[in-house]
Amino acid sequence: MEFGTRLLHTGHEVDRTTGAATVPIYQVSMFDQPGLNSPGPYDYARSGNPTRQALEAVLADLEGGARAFAFASGMAAVTSALLLFNAGDHLVVTDDCYGGTYRLLTRVLSRFGLTASFVDTSDPGAVRRALQPNTRGLLIETISNPFLKRTDVRPMAEIAREHGLRLLVDNTFLSPCLSRPLEEGADIVLHSATKYLGGHSDLIAGVAAVRDPALAEELYFVQNAVGAVLGPQDCFLLMRGIKTLKVRMEKQTATAARVAAWLRGREEVAAVYYPGVGAMVSFRLASGAMTEPFLQRLQLPLLGVSLGAVESLVAVPARHSHASVPPAERLRRGITDDLIRFSVGIEEPDDLLADLEQALMSAAQQANA
Amino acid sequence: MKLDTALVHAGVRRDPVYGAISAPIYQSASFQHPALGESTGYDYSRSGNPTRSALEDALARVEGGERALAFASGMAAITCVLQLFGPDDHLVVTEDLYGGTYRLLEQVFPLPHTYVDTTDLEAVRGAIRPNTRAILVESLTNPRMKRADLAALAALCRDAGARLIVDNTFLTPCLCRPLDLGADIVLHSATKYLAGHNDVVAGALVARDADLGERLYFIQNAVGSALGPQESWLVVRGLKTLALRMERHQQNAMRIAEWLGRHPLVEQVLYPGVGGMLSFTVTDPVLVPRVLRRVSLILFAESLGGVETLITFPWAQTHADMPADVRERLGITDRLLRLSVGIEDADDLIADLAQALEG
Repeated sequence: MEFGTRLLHTGHEVDRTTGAATVPIYQVSMFDQPGLNSPGPYDYARSGNPTRQALEAVLADLEGGARAFAFASGMAAVTSALLLFNAGDHLVVTDDCYGGTYRLLTRVLSRFGLTASFVDTSDPGAVRRALQPNTRGLLIETISNPFLKRTDVRPMAEIAREHGLRLLVDNTFLSPCLSRPLEEGADIVLHSATKYLGGHSDLIAGVAAVRDPALAEELYFVQNAVGAVLGPQDCFLLMRGIKTLKVRMEKQTATAARVAAWLRGREEVAAVYYPGVGAMVSFRLASGAMTEPFLQRLQLPLLGVSLGAVESLVAVPARHSHASVPPAERLRRGITDDLIRFSVGIEEPDDLLADLEQALMSAAQQANA
Repeated sequence: MKLDTALVHAGVRRDPVYGAISAPIYQSASFQHPALGESTGYDYSRSGNPTRSALEDALARVEGGERALAFASGMAAITCVLQLFGPDDHLVVTEDLYGGTYRLLEQVFPLPHTYVDTTDLEAVRGAIRPNTRAILVESLTNPRMKRADLAALAALCRDAGARLIVDNTFLTPCLCRPLDLGADIVLHSATKYLAGHNDVVAGALVARDADLGERLYFIQNAVGSALGPQESWLVVRGLKTLALRMERHQQNAMRIAEWLGRHPLVEQVLYPGVGGMLSFTVTDPVLVPRVLRRVSLILFAESLGGVETLITFPWAQTHADMPADVRERLGITDRLLRLSVGIEDADDLIADLAQALEG
């Protein structure tokens, strides 16, 4: 069955008891047990909930993993996956990774003796040079944030295999619709499901899908022990979002390519970062003074810190997604106030381009005045 | 304001637009900024959500703390607190603590720790080391139902420069307010009495001072284990009847404890005289599977604190992760059963226990 069909016909689309066409929301904390020696399939909802289980089965299928796990946020998924490592272990991580991941590694998990080197993982040579005797894992983003550099999974999987490392891939920006890292040799694929998987700016959720059943069991242990699971209402909403993943991604990707090409022809724009895949476009305005009037004049995109939604969203990474990165480190990476990140939604492209045009022209006039 | 009133008014006056009495459920991931550098106070729901704030503000008020945080589960709340510490920090921990907390300390976070009977102040004093950073206790231990002297432990902590962290799940702020007694952090599995309806998995912590609250918030936001809006709203809804429920839980538990104490097949009843939880040992292990099979009103399920009465077998369920010898030493035997007494009519509960024991 093709991906677009599997999104809708998941094997969980019909409730076995009533025939309902959606999975029931089991808003329950615990389950009555038939007897001491005949436990039921569920006992306590932190350990397992039928609504969550249906979602996790769908996610495992879409990513091609043995199992998948749903978490209270993308950061909870990343945290739980990183708790598979031990004190003293070292990781090599994509240098322009999400600010929240950087914060987690440098300010929370560092306390437990986990260390990380941040390198340009689009360059396999740089990754090899960063390996240390205690390196145990690679954590990469398929599309980095905010410069949208693509890291190919296969060369990373090769390095991981050679050195016995675990390869963790954050696939938030591409979704399983455009990239399936487990099929290319990753061990764990991570998502902020708040973004494209959910797709409607209405829920906070995270996902980890695991290729190998034994590693999946280890991650289940952490999920249950640490307890950062996703509630049933949000599980239902995420399944609902996934049904339209392909149609959304197709529309958003096509519009993003058009927006990127259009921006490249504008004199108000100093640089455009678009990897040719996905629906995120970053660009640098001709001057930092343009940022504020540009954002003020934009009518359609919402100014906010998320991405991957049906509505177009703009953010200033220096102030939003990467505000948690220290200023000197931001400057080193070129994350300054003139950099805009555009999450392209499913509005009509002509409306978006018209809105961008008037905002750019007006901002340039104001900045030059 | 009295506690009962504060509970009823949880989540009230949260909607300045329409004046809705019940706090709106904000099922939104992100919030539009009015302009660059401006915020409504909410940016992204992992970092803050108005429905979750309604719950957190109510929790801070009823526990008497500066800052409360709501989590995806009780274990997520405990994890957040443990992430305050590093591998050089030592903890003193109550010995018959919840199996999930035990598992976290043994298998996930490599923090040095010593288990002691925290009802024995001399034992606690003896366990404190120069690098002890916290004492972690449960206001009522599980499943032996022992009460520690929180004020005395708080004094020990002050002398040692350590934090007192109290899991108040079993007693709730209605029956115990650890922050008033000098604790620094109160923890809850809000799944239990706070929500009270066996319908939501949630956790909470309340910090006495704002600085500590801010450090915990940093971790909650970084790690991302916050509670969703639907669940936040359900916990708020549960809080409104907490005082009424706790009164009834306790009345029923007292009557059942008294009845069990007179029953010939019951060897020992562990009830501290407060709250709705009690444990008891039967005279013969063969009675355990019989009782679990025969109860018809009482549910055999692994949780507690809900309106319906539940029975648990700690040896095989909540404390299964503890090594057998540790369980044995703590009195968690194959004859020990734990009851979470609900708010049904006590006569019906006693009749159900009678037929299950004697059948």
